[in-house]
Amino acid sequence: MRDLAARAVQRARAAGATYADARAVVSRTQEINTKNGAPEGLSDSTDQGIGIRVIAEGAWGFASTASPREEAVDEAAELAVRIARASATLSAGGVELAPQDPCRAEWSADYESDPFSVPLEKKLALLLDADKRMRDVPGVRVAAGEMTFVREEKSFASSEGAEIVQARLQSGAGIHAMAEGNGEVQRRSYPASHGGGNANRGYEFVETMDLPANARRVAQEAVALLSADPCPAKVTTLILDGGQLALQVHESCGHPTELDRVFGTERSFAGTSFLTTDKLNELRYGSDVVNLYADATIPGALGSFGYDDEGVPAARVDLVKAGTFSGYLSSRETAARLGIESGGAMRASGWSRTPIIRMTNINLAPGDSSLEKMIRETDDGIYAVTNKSWSIDDLRLNFQFATEIGWEIRNGELGRMLRNVTYQGVTPDFWGGCDAIAGEDEWYPWGLLNCGKGEPMQVMWVGHGVAPARFREVRVGVGADED
Amino acid sequence: MLGEAKCLELLAAALDECDCDQSEAILVAQNSALTRFADSAIHQNVAETDAMISVRAVLGKKIGVAGGNQLDEGSVREVSQRAFELARVSADDAHFVSLPGPKPIPPVQSFAQATADCGPDERAQVAHAIAAVAEKQGCRASGSLAAESAEIAVANSLGVRAYTPVTEATLITVVADDDSSGYAEWRGTNVADMDAAHVAEVATRKCVDGRGAEAIEPGEYAVILEPPAVGDMLFMLAYMGMGALAFQEGRSFMCDRIGEKIAGDNITVWDDATDPRQLAWAFDWEGVPRQKVTIIENGVARGPVYDSYTAHKEGKESTGHAFPAPNTFGPAPTRLFLGTGDSSVEEMIASTDRGILVTRFHYTNIVHEKHTIFTGMTRDGTFLIENGKVSKPVKNLRFTQSILEALSDVEMIGREGHLVEYAWVPALKIGKFAFTS
Repeated sequence: MRDLAARAVQRARAAGATYADARAVVSRTQEINTKNGAPEGLSDSTDQGIGIRVIAEGAWGFASTASPREEAVDEAAELAVRIARASATLSAGGVELAPQDPCRAEWSADYESDPFSVPLEKKLALLLDADKRMRDVPGVRVAAGEMTFVREEKSFASSEGAEIVQARLQSGAGIHAMAEGNGEVQRRSYPASHGGGNANRGYEFVETMDLPANARRVAQEAVALLSADPCPAKVTTLILDGGQLALQVHESCGHPTELDRVFGTERSFAGTSFLTTDKLNELRYGSDVVNLYADATIPGALGSFGYDDEGVPAARVDLVKAGTFSGYLSSRETAARLGIESGGAMRASGWSRTPIIRMTNINLAPGDSSLEKMIRETDDGIYAVTNKSWSIDDLRLNFQFATEIGWEIRNGELGRMLRNVTYQGVTPDFWGGCDAIAGEDEWYPWGLLNCGKGEPMQVMWVGHGVAPARFREVRVGVGADED
Repeated sequence: MLGEAKCLELLAAALDECDCDQSEAILVAQNSALTRFADSAIHQNVAETDAMISVRAVLGKKIGVAGGNQLDEGSVREVSQRAFELARVSADDAHFVSLPGPKPIPPVQSFAQATADCGPDERAQVAHAIAAVAEKQGCRASGSLAAESAEIAVANSLGVRAYTPVTEATLITVVADDDSSGYAEWRGTNVADMDAAHVAEVATRKCVDGRGAEAIEPGEYAVILEPPAVGDMLFMLAYMGMGALAFQEGRSFMCDRIGEKIAGDNITVWDDATDPRQLAWAFDWEGVPRQKVTIIENGVARGPVYDSYTAHKEGKESTGHAFPAPNTFGPAPTRLFLGTGDSSVEEMIASTDRGILVTRFHYTNIVHEKHTIFTGMTRDGTFLIENGKVSKPVKNLRFTQSILEALSDVEMIGREGHLVEYAWVPALKIGKFAFTS
């Protein structure tokens, strides 16, 4: 595949491209799903192809093919140039790229145990064990488990002389229980909703989750939620666990700091951003304790890599420093417009997609508090746990989230369980109310599989390192429960 | 194009290699292209050639699925063998009965050569045309034109043999200036049917009319939802339980309510992938002919759609709504209709003392699935109606609203249907809609 990438670049240059890069990708994905004591899906798929990105006449073109035949790769390279020439007929001016020394490197994510070498029977048995423990709890209607493993090998070459080979192994797993009754459907998940926990690690990551040990609690909570009190409607103190806070960071910091959104190239689909360039180093995004940063170098985190899909080395970039908006996720093209170096955030979901700016690992720096201390210091509030749903406007300001479960906080202690917990806010106001963040020992890099962006749609895997945090004056209990 | 004979030959080879009790093979060969523009300039322009072959192997009640994207003989054989191996080491699924048997598949028109031939120059011309309309009004155009063609084939060891070529073209645009934005879209099988200038004019008019938007207090308002908003709401309702798996697991809004009134008399919802007004598609991912299924009839819940697995659980037949195996989501409607009425949007506005006109929603999501409550924002054209007239543009609002309550309070229904996403829907006037911030 390395040779094909080099060939594609040469062919594109010969066809008239002033710049060309190519990514040849080979991947394998295994997914295991169980439900109510039986396998619900066992699949193992392979995928390969090459994507060629070019600049010709100052404009972008991209073409891709699944075929490894040299003639097909040549055709794709030539098509990419023809497409670029069509783009040039309605161009904003010549594309400029921020300078980047071409890298020649190999990178691979560390792991201990290759999940594809672990017998499928063993993986299935683990999920079915957790499944049985969930179904042993009276009232559980659905018990489900899942595992996902991905191996990806990628060769990148550019007309500037870059040659990069990367290998990544991804492992993930999770369980959930669903109970139904009293007009309610309630779910509890572990360790996270929407795909469980995921990391650039081997099967050892799945084993550390200890799914069976958490199965009974998850099931009991799902059943208990059916008769729990609804979340009250009021303005109060809100403490978020890491799983929910990861989504909060994702939607209200990760997406609005994408510089392509800021420059308007996502306007017709996902929207733009309130973090316009005039606000850089000026806007109070949050309180003094809020420090957010992108870091693609965290070992094992799902959004880590060696080099982005433009060949820029993985980097750490400050996004919010002591509450002040201070940086962007960027590409070589957007960085050039801003007169900065690329932050190395260009990623493609596969060989068939052109790279666009994506989150890497977008993290909230740990503070000096703890979950226990934050609760103890709170007279009246809600502790909200595990994301259930999310929605945010096209500027990334007005949001509403729901969590699977919550607990009332009264006089420094957790009280009654609450169902259908929702909260609503506006991004700078919400982060401005953040007055405490738990410390490093509670900081954890959550992995999300379902970040959607771009046309054609690209679903990306990203990371969010967070510790639980506390927010004052938050509106909760918005329209979810009609009791 | 591989052609029907070649596609079915590849599938037959895959089935031959799979030494199982039953087996199924799916093939997709596709060419996709998309041109994106923003600020009246093309910034992304892509093309993709890909294929997918997938094999479902059944050994007793044990099932495995393998896939790949290479169509040479050795790769197809390897996929089949991998599926067999997965099935061999799997465990029984007691609810599995059988793959579906063959049924006649009535042909539908699902392919247009013009869409398959829509190249980068043609797509650029559309972007030019839209930008020109926007710029006449001092606006800038963003959007995308996608043109996709594919061959889809399904075969199984019980004799199913299904093949269809399909095409789909989609144009969306947001026309904006520093103060406002407007949206319009078109979708269809044949790109030659697309009127890009009309799409641009609708979006540009929304943008111009939206200048100087003011904030208004949230609360309950009468609302007129234009088709893009109605389509979004209808698919959110479908997601909350129009499929049999959701129904069987007790999480559908229709559970224990079949035959009961769940919406207004004037609301009928059905799924029909064979209707030429939709992006037609003759069969599902199990090779079962797609049936017209009425889900809500004059406000009464009639039932969900089925694939073979969920149908067998109830001793029924599949309605042709399967997704590719393995499918943990279950069957779902993909070509929805909401019955039209006898009003125009202008008549709806004229009948409204105070209300809000909504062009489209943004980022909708479920808040409470049993109560069919969803949340989201308005976007790209939100206007206040006072005394029977559009009085001013307003800033975007968040809503948190029960869909079935909204569909129980529909006062007027548009006489024209529009294809938005994959729903054929009219505009609706709803008596009360809850805007929460």
